[in-house]
Amino acid sequence: MTGVREPLLSISDLCVDYITDDGNARAVNKVNLDIYPGETVGLAGESGCGKSTLAFAIANLHNAPALITGGKINFQGRDILTMSPEELRQFRWSKASMVFQSAMNSLNPVITIGDQLVDVVLAHETISVTEAEKRAIAMLDMVGIHASRMKSYPHQLSGGMRQRVVIAIALILRPKLIIMDEPTTALDVVVERDIMDQLYDLKEQLGFAILFISHDLGLMGQITDRIGIMYAGKMVELGETEGIITNPQHPYTQGLLRSFPTIHGPKERLEGIPGNPLNLLDVPAGCYFQDRCSQCDTICIDVMPNIEVLQMPDERQVACHKVSQGDAL
Amino acid sequence: MNQLTEATMVEQVVTNETGSQSIEVENLVIDFALDNALFNRQYMRALNGVSFSIKAGEAMALVGESGSGKSTCARTLCRLYKPTDGVLKLNGRDINASASKITQTELAKQIQMIFQDPFGSLNPVHTIRHQMYRPIRIHMPELKGDAIEDYMLGILERVGLSPAKQTAAKFPHELSGGQRQRVAIARALATGAKFILADEPISMLDVSIRLGILNLMADMKEEGIGFLYITHDIATARYFAERTGVMYVGHMVEWGNSDSVTQNPQHPYTQLLISAVPEVGRQRGSATVDGKKSRIPLWKPDSKGCPFAARCPKVTDQCHTEMPSVTQVAEDHFVRCFAL
Repeated sequence: MTGVREPLLSISDLCVDYITDDGNARAVNKVNLDIYPGETVGLAGESGCGKSTLAFAIANLHNAPALITGGKINFQGRDILTMSPEELRQFRWSKASMVFQSAMNSLNPVITIGDQLVDVVLAHETISVTEAEKRAIAMLDMVGIHASRMKSYPHQLSGGMRQRVVIAIALILRPKLIIMDEPTTALDVVVERDIMDQLYDLKEQLGFAILFISHDLGLMGQITDRIGIMYAGKMVELGETEGIITNPQHPYTQGLLRSFPTIHGPKERLEGIPGNPLNLLDVPAGCYFQDRCSQCDTICIDVMPNIEVLQMPDERQVACHKVSQGDAL
Repeated sequence: MNQLTEATMVEQVVTNETGSQSIEVENLVIDFALDNALFNRQYMRALNGVSFSIKAGEAMALVGESGSGKSTCARTLCRLYKPTDGVLKLNGRDINASASKITQTELAKQIQMIFQDPFGSLNPVHTIRHQMYRPIRIHMPELKGDAIEDYMLGILERVGLSPAKQTAAKFPHELSGGQRQRVAIARALATGAKFILADEPISMLDVSIRLGILNLMADMKEEGIGFLYITHDIATARYFAERTGVMYVGHMVEWGNSDSVTQNPQHPYTQLLISAVPEVGRQRGSATVDGKKSRIPLWKPDSKGCPFAARCPKVTDQCHTEMPSVTQVAEDHFVRCFAL
């Protein structure tokens, strides 16, 4: 599926550290990820696994105590990490935009939503205010909000509508990539489904790529083309959605998929993943998942596994000694 | 988790002997004032004619979107709100009746609550030991000296916090979210409570440890504790609870055996809710029911009709004027809807 196309975004060996008094916590640890035009890539994992830190790094938004300590992020051939402040300002939002975790609260409460949309356009393009307003109205219409709402303040809208406005702001400059960090976690399922359906209609019209960050593998299984699974800052498994969901290889992915009771499947006691998430200030020498893994071996305790491409049809990549040796499952 | 100390084993026998305990909620109505006016005060009806029961060793799940009245049910059972109408019975006794007054301590010994946020429900300046001792001293006055410590360590082991001695000496910030929620459960168990009202106990926890807490609660259930499980995740309701009630704007629209309600939903709202649940392997856009986008109504004491009428795909004129009566669709499965 990926073929010979040029990746839109290419992350290589990215490391992000949080500098703390107790030492450096490496929240993103040598992660490689390519995103192709028009593709939806999911990033899954529990809280603290580095998925949001990775998203922030893509827009080069990190401030102290977070520090990008290694790697490259190429967007259409340009390294984002070496851009000047002015280049970065132009890159952010017009090439790649972001919908944040608590997106509903990221709107300014004392400015009308119309002004917030117009602001975004005027900051990046030299057009007249009336022209920008026309763009804003058209964009609101695309996400299903009536033009009369241009004069509304955020508190006058419901949570679902605010989320649609945030998506409209993210799309108004027609970026090539939109990063969505848990965009629907605060909403209930019915509203969530409406918004996701609408987003996909827009994606078909506008053709942007999505990096979708969530811990909800159910939702991800429905909407993404490829999924990357992160654990303690490491990418542990990456592959096509269908393959990951139906035939997970890494023990952590398998555990994660077993952690969700289903609504229609057989009703049986699920065991999930034993133990607690890793403390990033106190990491072991070998595989980070060793304490919680049922297949842990001596090699896992001593040697950190690298992510390797498996002999599988979907170019699956897995970082696990047991899988590479063919012992797993 | 199986290492039970003597104290907890005694506790278990007591629980098993009194297997006929129950909470019954009959026709509960709660109004909240919308303003402070002296005359013509406006009210909203947060709960309207809700009835359900919880038996010892069984879980009842309440499912619904934010604002549907799930938490209000639990808070009323703890006597945090006074019902406008309706009766709440604990083991057959009316908890709000002035004649057979049940004291708050008596009620707290029977019914305990677990909250959504394990970071906010524990006092950050006290050790786990301190926070566990207080309910034990109040509700287990027969325990003295070392017996309190043994009993507490037994409870901590029982909720999977081993080594218990080390955990007891820690402060809340030294524990992970899942461990803190286990402390909250331990504290509820320490009083000897027969019923636990769990208000979204897993929604703030990491995905990988949610199941551990659900399974712990399932083990407690087998030891004879009754649960009210409040959630917006209908899949976990089916996993954990024997019976499920679906709430919409303060009304229970469909209730009964969890499998029957989730596998064969009859009310259009339940159908909408279930079709919206994302599930691995199901394709996007394959939802069968389309709920019209409409505002969720504010229910007032004089509102009429079915609360779902404005969004319902099967709506008729009757739905706007009359409250649908209850229809029994299976042995333990009831629905309030005209379109059956």
